[in-house]
Formats: sequence, structure tokens, C-alpha cells
Amino acid sequence: MIHWLKRFTESDVGASFFSSPVAWISFLVTIACVFGAAFSPWVAPHNPFDLATLDLSDARLPPAWVEGGRAAYLLGTDDQGRDMLSAILYGMRISLAVGFASVLLSVLIGVVMGLLAGYLGGWLDVFFMRLCDVMLSFPAILIALLIAGVGRALFPEAHESLAFGVLVISITLPGWVQYARTVRASTLVESRKEYVMAAQVIGVASHRIMFRHVLPNVVGPILVLATIHVATAIITEATLSFLGVGVPPTSPSLGTLIRIGNDYLFSGEWWIIVFPGLALMVLAVAVNLLGDWMRDAFNPRLRSGR
Amino acid sequence: MTMSLPILEVKDLVVEFPQRRGILRALDGVSLRVGPGEILGLVGESGAGKSMTGSAVIGLLDPPGRITSGEVWVRGRRIDGLAEAEMCQVRGKEIGAVFQDPLTALNPLYTVGQQLIETIQTHLGLSATQARQEAIALLVETGIPAAEQRIDQYPHQFSGGMRQRVVIALALCARPQLVVADEPTTALDVSIQAQIIGLLKRVCKERGAAVLLITHDMGVIAETCDRVAVMYSGRVVEEGPVAQVIQAPRHPYTAGLMAAIPDIDQETHRLAHIPGSMPRLDALPLGCGFHPRCAFADDQCRSGRPPLTDLGGRTAAACWHLDATGQQSKPAFAGSQSFMVTPASRVAADSPEVLAPLVEVRGLSRTFDVSDPWLSRMLSGGKRRHLRAVQEVSLSIPKGKTFALVGESGCGKSTMARMLVGLDHPTQGEVRFDGEPLHSALASAQSMALRQRLQMIFQDPFASLNPRWTVGDIVAEPLLEHRLVGSRAELSAQVGDLLTSVGLAAKDQQKYPHQFSGGQRQRISIARALATRPEFLVCDEPTSALDVSVQAQVLNLMQDLQRDRGLTYLFISHNLAIVRHLSDEVAVMYLGRIVEKGPTKKIFAAPRHPYTRLLMDAIPRTSGTNRDRAPIQGEVPNPLAPPSGCAFHPRCPRATEICATVDPEVKVVGGVEVACHWPHGL
Repeated sequence: MIHWLKRFTESDVGASFFSSPVAWISFLVTIACVFGAAFSPWVAPHNPFDLATLDLSDARLPPAWVEGGRAAYLLGTDDQGRDMLSAILYGMRISLAVGFASVLLSVLIGVVMGLLAGYLGGWLDVFFMRLCDVMLSFPAILIALLIAGVGRALFPEAHESLAFGVLVISITLPGWVQYARTVRASTLVESRKEYVMAAQVIGVASHRIMFRHVLPNVVGPILVLATIHVATAIITEATLSFLGVGVPPTSPSLGTLIRIGNDYLFSGEWWIIVFPGLALMVLAVAVNLLGDWMRDAFNPRLRSGR
Repeated sequence: MTMSLPILEVKDLVVEFPQRRGILRALDGVSLRVGPGEILGLVGESGAGKSMTGSAVIGLLDPPGRITSGEVWVRGRRIDGLAEAEMCQVRGKEIGAVFQDPLTALNPLYTVGQQLIETIQTHLGLSATQARQEAIALLVETGIPAAEQRIDQYPHQFSGGMRQRVVIALALCARPQLVVADEPTTALDVSIQAQIIGLLKRVCKERGAAVLLITHDMGVIAETCDRVAVMYSGRVVEEGPVAQVIQAPRHPYTAGLMAAIPDIDQETHRLAHIPGSMPRLDALPLGCGFHPRCAFADDQCRSGRPPLTDLGGRTAAACWHLDATGQQSKPAFAGSQSFMVTPASRVAADSPEVLAPLVEVRGLSRTFDVSDPWLSRMLSGGKRRHLRAVQEVSLSIPKGKTFALVGESGCGKSTMARMLVGLDHPTQGEVRFDGEPLHSALASAQSMALRQRLQMIFQDPFASLNPRWTVGDIVAEPLLEHRLVGSRAELSAQVGDLLTSVGLAAKDQQKYPHQFSGGQRQRISIARALATRPEFLVCDEPTSALDVSVQAQVLNLMQDLQRDRGLTYLFISHNLAIVRHLSDEVAVMYLGRIVEKGPTKKIFAAPRHPYTRLLMDAIPRTSGTNRDRAPIQGEVPNPLAPPSGCAFHPRCPRATEICATVDPEVKVVGGVEVACHWPHGL
């Protein structure tokens, strides 16, 4: 681990990381969000899902620094008396989990399809790429709404437990296309290189050439895409939850919190919508900036001499 | 000429690249003078700084590179440090530039005429019609047929050689006094190269323009230039009249370089080579940059940098031991000649016994279907189109011999290589390996046993090694795939042995390919090919991406391995000099067919096919400077629409009516098979 860190700080990418404030600030913010979300049961001051601790008389308290606010509820409370800060941390946990899970699944599907299409070619290539075209011809939100709607209609009772899976699938389905296309394009380039020919002459089996020779050489751009995709996935999740087809209000994600807050937008309880919205924005911007920096840092053509 | 004001004068030019870990000095005190109408050649291997000098002169250094000291003067005006707007006036008007790749030097979105006319109008202030007349005249001058029609065509409608003519026309259109040509012929085929060299020489002489010709090819320099400057590690190490530098080089590097070039006019058994390779910019040795590779090096060389010393007769060299080098003639430098060995194959060639063929190719053809997709064909009524990459090729390669396939790009030699190692399947004919049909055996369950026996060495040492793998893993892969080792320790030992046998160290296993130079990478590639103890190696242009001094190392290594292991080579190359040096038998290919085939000695002594003869004549030679020659006319035809009859007849000086209609039969003339109606010497 220490050895790995040392190598990173001495590399060009490491130097570019430390010399770019945008890079390390967005990295720190992302890490803080991920940490806060992952350890929310320990970090958060309250447990917003423990009904025993909720008191309706604490409902709609303003933030601590506003008149009428209480120090125990730093960012105020919502209509059910839940602490906003804790709700945001727990909500971020769900948002990030959906984001990471759907990106992981997208990468898996996309990389395998792209490798097969690019390396083997032929009818498989044609089939996968037309599949991509079909996926791209539907708006992502529409696919997600469709799946969420169908899921709800098929399993009316099981909806709450299935909600997480439905969300992940509905974000993955339009999401893998970009990976499949990128990997296919890079694989086409790589598989014409002589090191692949050398492996073929040695007699290495196709699947081993694909995963051991070609994959390590096409994986770079995928990491960058995936980072930016995490931000997009979190926003898509928020959108779906906001529209009411995401996770249920009993275990709210950031999008659900925003939806709840939306009802109070004009009645003066601004904090119920503003803080979850702010949290979503900070998280998305931080991850996006990190991805942007990675894209530039890993592109040798954009890397300057100093 | 010596006394008049020089067109270009470069004084003590230093170019530096600031890096995170310090400053890299790419050029270190380069001084050059080019007089009016003079052609100065700038020669050196990759990394010597020759292209950098060209870029610095025309003010197009890649950032963050910059001129940190020194001066560049063009016709008495200092042009380094000019503002970009002024520099734009100088470029084009005063200096014309010709680059290596004619494809990227022209803008594909504009017609050739638009690009020429724009440049002419910018610099000469002519009206549109005058500029068009001027452009047509230029195209005629640079030898483009039907210039009035072709001026309105786009660059992609021109072939490679024609495009380079357009680039030359573009460089000359504002009538500059100086032309900087950076590797103008490197991307072209030998037959086209000769035409372009001739053109550049003629046009510049006629217009009195001075030329700075940058190239790695000593032959091109010898045939084109008046004077030559040899660069090494960012410094000029020797300068002088071409004949002087080539025939009596004074710097040990120049001497080694000259000895390392295979000579097409002579039989050589072993090439002299300079050990090691050019140092990287971030690890320049102290003192003389060449000392780690030099036979003369002593303590003075290791500590002090030798100045460029005037030797009289407009020659200068930078070496501490000029007295010693002056005593020696050029082959004496080459220490490796002392253990000159006749390759095993050469000995066998003189013995009468007929060796059994290891590889036999019978009527091999490969046709690629390049038709449009069926839907487009249905809609637009197009026909199926076929590219006949290889047509009815037959040859046999005896055990332990080297068989060479020679030809220009697109002649089908690489398709042959792919078929012979089973990467591609023939449309017709068959390949027999040790009596067995190769392609059906490779498809069978026992294919791995056969695969062990044939391996391949590739052209590009930068693409043939997986950049994400360590060298140890790369060389171990064939051993593991073929289950040739029992334990991890045995694997590591075998990989170490393989690396040692190609002249690398066993401890190099942990390194990654990017930590090696081009020549070392090619050695790794050879080690990998040798891992399964093959009998037959297909070598597809194994040295064309390497520098001359390194090329000699690799060729010598290949000869040693052949002698020690009894290897059989199929050697594919466009370089006739290397083929003559290395091979026992040779086949010349043109548009997918073998036009001439026979023992190397006989073919090089008396080529029978007109194409072979012209190809040999087209190669620039280091001997006989400023030789005039008759280049092959025209260019290789489109293989999708090959000429009728003999495919070479449109370019052949001996062609008659029969050549245009009847495909020539293979005849045997003087022990050589030749497919021609009118072979030489019949």
C-alpha cells in the first residue's frame, strides 16, 4: 500500500494530481461524501429510520442558526421530525449505492460486449452494435420509467424490497452502451496490433487474448468514463426518486428527500429541499470534476511538459 | 560559393525542453551553414536531433521546447525570436517546408488547387487567375500529369508519390530561397523515392534554392547532397563534403555508421555494428556523447566534450582522437569483423547435396472480398469486388536456409507471411510444413505441437510487445501456453536463458517494454519467438523500424541464431541490400505474383526481370555520390484494377503489345525463374 502510494506520488499522474487544486479538492469532497454515507449509522447524529426516536413535535424545525432552531438538529427537521443532516447522510448512502452498483453492472456488461464485438467481429459485432443503437434511441429516463412501472405492476406488494434492484437495472440498461462502444473501438485498434498477432501465433486461446492482452490496454478510458458515469447515475437516481418511481419515502434517497421538500418549497420550510439539493449538487460536481481531471491526466496528448 | 552570404546560418543553437524532473537539452550547440543553391544533408539516427533542428529553423518547435541560446539567420536576417505574425511571413515566403507524410501535410477538405492558390496569393499578391496559372505551372514543373484537370481534385485522389509532388509544389510556390525537407522520401516506396529525390534535386537546382535535407538514409544523402552534417545526441559530430564524409569518415560514429549499412553491390557475410544505442535525453553521458559506444574512448572522452575541429577542406569533426581515426580506413573501425564467420547456411549452399524442403508452397492465392455490404450493392447496383492480394505463388524453403520475399508495399508479401504462420487462410493452394498440410493441421486437435515449430518476428518493436506486461511475462507466455516448463523456478531460469541468448540480461525480466530501446525490444520479440524452440521463423520486416547501427546488431543476432540453432527463415523485406546480405534464395513480388525467383547470388549478379533490375537501380547508394539514375516510371497500380497481361507492363521499358494482353509464363533463364516475355539476358 505504502509502496503503491509512493509510486503514485512519483508518477506524472501523481504530480498532476498534487499540482491541481481542483483535483485534490474534488477528491477530498468525494471521499468525505463516500465516507459519511458509508458510515452514516455511526456518523449521523440521529437515526432517521428509528420511529421510536422520532417526535412529531420536533417536525419542521429550522436549522440551528435560524431563530427557533435547535442545536441537536443542525440542518433542521422535516415534516416527520427527522433530522435533515442524518436524513441526507442516510439518503446519500442509498444514492451512492445505486450509483456504484449500476455503474459496476454497466461496466461489466459493456466491457464484455465491447470486447466480444471488437475482437470476434462478424455477426456478433453487428448484433451487439445494433442493440446499442436501439438502446440509444430511447431516452434513459423513459426506459427507467418503463422498467420501474412494469416492475411495480408485476409485483405490487414486493415493490419496496425490489425498488433498489429496479433502480439499478433501469439505470444500467441505457448505461452500458457507452462502455460497449468505447471498448469495441479500442479493441478494434488493439487487436490489429502485433502483440495480439504474436499471441495468436503462439496459439493463445481467444478468450485469454481478449481478457489478458486486450483488456488491460483498453481499460484506461473506461475508468474515466465510469467515474463521470457515477455522477450521472446519482442524478438519474435522484430524478427517478423525485418522480416517485425510485426508492420509497420510508428509506429516502437524496431524490426522495428533494421530492418531500418540494411540497414545502412555498410554505417557508426551505431547508427541507435546499440541503438535500445542495448535497446532491456538491456530490455530483465533485465526482464530475474528478472524472474530468482523470480524463485529462490520463491523456498523454493533453499532458504538458511541466 | 563559399564566400557569398549563406542562405541559412545556424549558430550555436541550443534547444531545451523543461520537464518536471529538470531540463532536457535536445540540441546542444548546433552550427550549420547552407550556401545559395547548396544541398546540405543532415543525417543521424532517431533521437539525434535532426528533425528538431529543422523545426527550430522554421520556428515550429513543439512546446514546451524552446530555443534557449544561439541564432538562426536566413539571408542575413535573424529569425529566431520573431513574433508569430512575422514568422508566418518568413515561412512560405523565405522558407518552404516538405514533411515526411504527404497524407497529413495536405488539408483533406480543400482541393490541391485551393491550397496552392491560397499560398501563392498570400505571399506573392497575385490575382486569382494569375495564381491559378502559377499553380498549374508548378504542378507541371513537379511532374504531375494532366495538371489542368488534377488541380481541382482533392488530396485523397492523388497517390502517395503524387501527393508528395504536390507538397513540394506547395513548398516552392512562394519562391523561397530555402527549402527544409524533413524525411521527404521515408514514407514512400523505393521506386517512388527515386523519383522524388530526383525531382527535389532538379527543382531546387533550377530555382537556385538552398535545401536542408533531413534524413536517416545515408544513401539518399549520398545521391542528393553537396555537403553533409552528421548528428549524434543533439550535436553535430562531423561535417564536410558528401564524398569526403562517406569515403573517409573521421569521427568513429560516422565510420561505424557507414560500416553498418549493408551494401547492395557487394556480398557481405557479417555487418559491422556499433554496440549499444543512442543515449536517451534524460541520461546523456558526460563528455563526448558517443563514448559509451566508442572503441577509442578513454578518460578524456569521458570527462571533456570534444569541440568541432576544423580539418581543412571544409571538413570538421568533433572527436578527441582525430589523429588516430585519420590513420584508419573505415572497415578497421569495426571490431566485430575480427570474428567474422561464414553462416552455416552459406557453407551448405556450396555443397552439392539437395536439402529437403521444410516449407513448400503450392499455387497459393488469397483473395479478399472488399465488396460493399449487400444492401448497398442491391440499392446502387454495384458488383462484388475482389482484391487478389496473393496469386498462385509457389516456393519451397529448404531446411536451415533463408528465403527472402522482396517487394514494394501492397505486393502481398505480408499476406504471405500471415498465411505461412496460420494467421490467415489461403483461398486456393496449400502450404506444406515438413510434408504436412499446414492449415488443416493447425485446425486439428494436435495444432499446438505444430505451432511450437513455427513462430514469427514482427516489424514494429513498439507494437509487438504488450505494454502492460513485464518482459518476463511476455517471454514466458509461449512456455506456459505450450506447457514446456514444470515449475516456477524452471520458468524463470528458462526466460533468463532466452534473454541472455539474445544479448539481454536475465534480470531484465522485471522491466516493462517501454524501458527498452527499439533494438532491445526487437531482441525481446526474438526471445519470445525462440521460446518454443521453433524450426521455422517468419520475419516480417524485422529491422525496418530500427536505426542502421541497431539494424546491424539485430541482423547479426539473427545470423548467429540461425547458425547455432539451425533455423529456417522466411525473411520479408523491402530492403534489397539486407536481402542480399542475409538470404540464400530470393523471390521478388509485384502485385501479388512472384516475378523472379532464384538463388540470391544469381539474381543480384544478373537480374532478369525488368522490375527487379529497375528496383535494384532505384536504391540510393552510398558509393558513387551524385549518381544519376533512371527511376521506374509511374506508380504501383491499384490492386483492385490490375493491368491486363503482365501487371508490370505499364511501367516497363521493355514492354511490347504482347505484354498488355498475355500473362507471361514462368521461364528459366540462367538458373533463375522469371515471369516475363522479354527477360534480360535471353
